[in-house]
Amino acid sequence: MSDNNIIISLKRMGKTFYTSAGDVVALEDINLDIREHSIQGIIGLSGAGKSTLVRCINYLEIPTSGQVIFEGRSMGDMDAKSVRESRRKMGMIFQQFNLLDQRNLLRNVTFPLEIAGADKKEAKRRAKELLKLVELDDRANSYPSQLSGGQKQRVAIARALATNPKVLLCDEATSALDPKTTGQILELLKKINKELGVTIIVITHEMAVIEAICDDVAVIDNSHIAESGPVSQIFANPRTEIGRRLILGDGAKNVDFSGDNKKIRIVFDGRKASEPIISDLVLTSKTPVNILFANTKEVEGKAVGQMIIELPENKDDADKIVNYLISKEIKYEEVR
Amino acid sequence: MGIDAQSITMFLAETWATIYMTLISAVISYAIGIPLGVILVVTDKDGIAPNKMIHSILGVIINIFRSIPFLILLVMVLPITKILVGTTLGARAVIPPLIFASAPYIGRMVESSLKEVPGGVIEAAKSMGASNWQIIYKVLIPEARPSLYVGAAISITTILSYSAMAGFVGGNGLGAIALNYGYYRYQYDIMIVAVVILVVLVQIIQESWMGLSRKTDKRVR
Repeated sequence: MSDNNIIISLKRMGKTFYTSAGDVVALEDINLDIREHSIQGIIGLSGAGKSTLVRCINYLEIPTSGQVIFEGRSMGDMDAKSVRESRRKMGMIFQQFNLLDQRNLLRNVTFPLEIAGADKKEAKRRAKELLKLVELDDRANSYPSQLSGGQKQRVAIARALATNPKVLLCDEATSALDPKTTGQILELLKKINKELGVTIIVITHEMAVIEAICDDVAVIDNSHIAESGPVSQIFANPRTEIGRRLILGDGAKNVDFSGDNKKIRIVFDGRKASEPIISDLVLTSKTPVNILFANTKEVEGKAVGQMIIELPENKDDADKIVNYLISKEIKYEEVR
Repeated sequence: MGIDAQSITMFLAETWATIYMTLISAVISYAIGIPLGVILVVTDKDGIAPNKMIHSILGVIINIFRSIPFLILLVMVLPITKILVGTTLGARAVIPPLIFASAPYIGRMVESSLKEVPGGVIEAAKSMGASNWQIIYKVLIPEARPSLYVGAAISITTILSYSAMAGFVGGNGLGAIALNYGYYRYQYDIMIVAVVILVVLVQIIQESWMGLSRKTDKRVR
């Protein structure tokens, strides 16, 4: 669910930290339009500046240059009260969950409503409704210390949604979670985006997270946006060294992409792990393929990963391979 | 003099004097110490409203008061005591110096408790649009509560032991008994009873505040 209204626009935004040890440029010349109702991914290695970027969006960090436009208004032109009101329209969740340990789950979720001065009864009703959405309504009187990481993050999500925000900022929200729990949280985020229409901004260093839920992605490298666009486009054709490294993994940097022949990237999503796909492909199409790069790992007993193969020069042979992949419903895309 | 009916009456009266001095001083010192601690944390360089000047001036003042030995402070503030409570003798006269000594101490205790609240939680509150006031009374203080109770156990015990020194300047209380009977008149039995009552008081203070901390802390289940 996404349309083309821009809800957040970063214009030539920069952030420099002036420290006693010298100036540290965290972000420079960041230009990014985030579409309303979309899921925008922001990926980068640690230290690339992505956490600073997300904090600039809700002005937890004040950019030192450029502008953050939220719903057509520049955050920089707002007084402190208007900034706080804008923040209420942007929920945020964190890697370390940041729940209030001394409050039970219900009172954690009512917290942002208390701050906004909402009616107590109404706040309680809303909190119960949100705990139901994240499937923790039976734990309303529990305390955060009694929960697992995944449950804590679900409470944090419920809390972030309490004030009916238009945007949900997720700062490495799944980085402290195991793969299975990560999957559940990502499903929940997707559901929130689809059912409530909340625009979601996902900061991560894991490509799998982008692949799982994002519509668009911006690759941050060395304080700049290296490239950005729809996920399918960036994945199919990462134009920058860093994009390639993040998408294909470190091993891919030795792959020679220079040849004339078409290359495709096959994604193993775990469903087909028991089938000998490549052997079948070769036997069925009676065409040899050249494996340029493969990277698979086992997650929860499923093979997940990717492989880059070079298609033969002969177009008919190449089509045979592509048709085989289509018939087997295997995800693939051309890479250059 | 052994332990007779008269001395029992005296112990009851002086135990009450000790409790009275400690309690009143603790309440007033906390009324001053909590804001001090909050200001220290809030104006710290990674606090919610950094202000180097306020932070360092306050820090220096607190350190000055904390460096003066209590016995010296007791004598130094005598003129102020006279103005505040109208006398320099008795339990009431000990309360002003006790406050001068313990409010800065409590300020530091409160500061260290509030600093235990994770920065991420404060950041989360900010991201929800909380004002600085809301962060102080809805996040910092409630989240630090178990630690503040532990601090109270230590601070109130300290005030109690300070109050025992009041005997030197004509104050009363259990410390004065121990000093006057034990030290000046060699009546060790009286001194020992006074000390035992002090020990019991410390135990009660320590255990009740620690118990309160454990009982109300929702982090350990």
